[in-house]
Amino acid sequence: MTDLTKLSAVDLAGLVATGETSAVEVTQAHLDRIGAVDERVHAFLHVDTEGALAAARAVDERRAAGEELGPLAGVPVAVKDVLTTKGVPTTVGSKILEGWRPPYDSTIVERLRAAGTVMLGKTNMDEFAMGSSTEYSAYGPTRNPWDTDRIPGGSGGGSAAALAAYEAPLSIGSDTGGSIRQPGAVTGTVGAKPTYGGTSRYGLVAFSSSLDTPGPCARNVLDAALLHQVIGGHDPRDSTSIPAPVPDVVGAARLGASGDLTGVKLGVVTEFTGEGAEPGVMAAFRESVEALAKLGAEIVEISCPHFRYALPAYYLIAPSECSSNLARFDGVRFGLRVGDDGNRSLEEVMSLTREAGFGPEVKRRIMIGTYALSSGYYDAYYGQAQKVRTLITRDFTTAFEQVDALISPTTPFVAFPIGARTSDPYQMYLADLFTIPTNLYGGPAISVPCGLSDGLPVGLQIMAPTMADDRMYRVAAALESSVGTFTPPAL
Amino acid sequence: MTTTLPAYDEVVARWEPVIGLETHVELGTNTKMWCGCPTDFGGEPNTRVCPVCLGLPGSLPVANKAAIEATIRIGLALNCSIAEWCRFARKNYFYPDMPKNFQISQYDEPLCFDGYLDVEVNGELVRIGIERVHLEEDTGKTLHVGGATGRIHGATESLVDYNRAGIPLVEIVTKPIPGTGALAPEVARAYVAELRDVIRSLGVSDVRMEEGSLRCDVNTSLNRPGEEWGTRTETKNVNSLRSVERAVRSEMLRQASVLDAGGRITQETRHFHEDTGDTTPGRSKETATDYRYFPEPDLVPLAPDTAWVAELKAALPELPRLRRKRIQQDWGLSDLDMQSVVNAGAVELIEATVAAGATPAAARKWWLGELSRRANETGVELADVGATPAQVAELQGLVDAGKLNDKLARTVLEGVVAGEGSPTEIMTNRNLEVVSDTGALTAAVDEAIAANPDVADKVRSGKVAAAGALVGAVMKTTRGQADAKTVRELILERLGA
Repeated sequence: MTDLTKLSAVDLAGLVATGETSAVEVTQAHLDRIGAVDERVHAFLHVDTEGALAAARAVDERRAAGEELGPLAGVPVAVKDVLTTKGVPTTVGSKILEGWRPPYDSTIVERLRAAGTVMLGKTNMDEFAMGSSTEYSAYGPTRNPWDTDRIPGGSGGGSAAALAAYEAPLSIGSDTGGSIRQPGAVTGTVGAKPTYGGTSRYGLVAFSSSLDTPGPCARNVLDAALLHQVIGGHDPRDSTSIPAPVPDVVGAARLGASGDLTGVKLGVVTEFTGEGAEPGVMAAFRESVEALAKLGAEIVEISCPHFRYALPAYYLIAPSECSSNLARFDGVRFGLRVGDDGNRSLEEVMSLTREAGFGPEVKRRIMIGTYALSSGYYDAYYGQAQKVRTLITRDFTTAFEQVDALISPTTPFVAFPIGARTSDPYQMYLADLFTIPTNLYGGPAISVPCGLSDGLPVGLQIMAPTMADDRMYRVAAALESSVGTFTPPAL
Repeated sequence: MTTTLPAYDEVVARWEPVIGLETHVELGTNTKMWCGCPTDFGGEPNTRVCPVCLGLPGSLPVANKAAIEATIRIGLALNCSIAEWCRFARKNYFYPDMPKNFQISQYDEPLCFDGYLDVEVNGELVRIGIERVHLEEDTGKTLHVGGATGRIHGATESLVDYNRAGIPLVEIVTKPIPGTGALAPEVARAYVAELRDVIRSLGVSDVRMEEGSLRCDVNTSLNRPGEEWGTRTETKNVNSLRSVERAVRSEMLRQASVLDAGGRITQETRHFHEDTGDTTPGRSKETATDYRYFPEPDLVPLAPDTAWVAELKAALPELPRLRRKRIQQDWGLSDLDMQSVVNAGAVELIEATVAAGATPAAARKWWLGELSRRANETGVELADVGATPAQVAELQGLVDAGKLNDKLARTVLEGVVAGEGSPTEIMTNRNLEVVSDTGALTAAVDEAIAANPDVADKVRSGKVAAAGALVGAVMKTTRGQADAKTVRELILERLGA
């Protein structure tokens, strides 16, 4: 019998649609796999066995009743614990939300349910999506299925590891500075950050409102595109949502899979191919660029001079917004409450709750952001960072006058050993060096596996203009058709 | 107060006040500012809430278009410029009745700015500059249980009701108002009254100070003539027109006594106390919170279409001051009479009563007489006294038809105020109609004549004035329900005088 957990989402949906297998069987296979390996991987913070099986049964009943099923009906999905799920625990990887069961579904989850996908559970993440290794989760790190002594990237390490460990064929991540793409790169999976406003943030527990973007993760490009199609599109509950249909990402992925990139012009970002990246990463990247050229793409070098200021600008804007977004976690209405012994004042209880509930990285960013927004410093820090953001956006728009998409390695280095970078925040921040500019600009970008370095996956990043998400899927699918997908050693 | 305050006349002879007012108006939109929850006053605590107005993790605001429209209309009515592009901003501070621990407000880009409002004080027009009109969200309400002060410090329990959280709130800030001298308290009051009337005329809020849908903070400073403006204080909790006037006056007196004694004024927030009429210090602004304003990233900028704004401007109703001028002419009132109508807050009520069929004179009589007295006694606004313009017009109709005399009408009106029903219902139910049936009256007259033979003789002998005693007797037996004129005629007829 076929191992259902090794199949793509497209194939699983096909089997369910034809009745060759049931959604319940598919779901049970993945639940069993989680039961077998998650102790070693720790991709999940919560597995919703009953909810998943009930959703699967509903799909099977609809099929039996002759109803038409969507393209991903019956396919299991793992959801990053940053998205609210009605009645299902949502912690954002933080102690401060331990035990909180939201009274409402995020728009993304609502759309997943409506599409007949089966939510397996909630995946581990760096606390409040702040981190690049999932080591800052308050519930312990997730391990990379390629090498369980190494990190799976972050913040969405759980969503990426669940795919690489065959615990789920699809997952949802959120990308504020690279939290979908960098875990994708270091686990050999596909992670796409849609155009900002192309996917709804309603129900996404905010880290940095102007940057946060939920998006699809999968083991291949077409699966990611199908998931993107299901979750994307305008949402009136999110004011920053773009009132336009999702670009034809599925069509683009299918087109790209034909392996023809004739007429496509790609720009290699010179600032990201210098000394910043490991030699092994650069080697895999260069080979992939040659592969893209062989597929017919025209390759040019493009300089984006302000990208070098992206990291410092990001580490002012994101903490500033986070310092305000995280103010609501005070123990008054939901989540953890500490020190409410009848003798302490409300202010003391709020303060003790935050002290106990937030981890060190979250506190660091709240403090940086509070400082950057304070009167007398605002112009020098937050204001200046916004100007840099404008310049970076200009770099992108100038570049897109010359090329269809920009490419670079997704991340400067492959998965590093657990504990290697936790003592120096700056070393950790460097993991997102190549992914952050896109977030500041707001355009879409995808990481697609492009090779191995010392047996560990390397990702290639494709950055496209805003609302041209289809373009990056075409290039990604073409590269995938050339280099193939990458399978980790058995766990 | 242990210190003796100086006399007001002396204070204004030595010191010149500069005042400024910040007014918050809760808009009467059907739904809240960022979500679909209802906005009606009252309701069990925490029943008009959802993930958005509770600030639950992951929730996002979506701006209420009706609130934006109302704010622009207020701005236009106050002769403001309307921003072509502006943003909401977050005002960050921790307080339990603020669900997100930041308030979505506007900072350096208000929706409306640079306007004015003309206010009449003692027959003179005073132009009050409007600095800005902006839109923000209201907070919830906290009830601090235990502790001596009812404030957050020392409370044993704090209970929060979020029903009010997220109701659209418009803040209207005046420019500093110098040069009003001794009239400063009256100018402040007249401004708030005029502003209230303007907003009511726009139909965007019920502007009830006692329910908190209109709230006022008063800034006051004093300086010596010709010198720079002094340090100002901000007086909060000023919740009636009378309090606005008292708060300015009280703060002027307090500051003068401090300054006269060689002291200095601290820039601080002060609380006004309705019962004593004075203010006590709140938190000092010198150690005030840094609100860390920044543009709200969850909302897109506002860019009101200029054609739409022009439409809103063209559709503004006649503004209260101009309307009052017209009404004064229509009703033929002197300036003084009109002023008393305005002061009583009776313009709209009288207008509605006239529209319901009463003459202006009769409508004015009821609202300024019986009903104003009643409102003063019970301490409510005239509009809330318990009688509607339609009921007053109906009452007057009964008087005009001869079914009620003045005294009976007042009795019926008491019934109306007490909620017993319409004037006609009360008259019928309580059997208060004037006795016009001559048969019954004749019997009462005969009875009175028989009981008072001496008086009857006097009348018979031509002393007609003595009939008054007999009229009184008849009125007594008919419990006032007879028409005195008819009674008198009957008596004279019976006695052949």
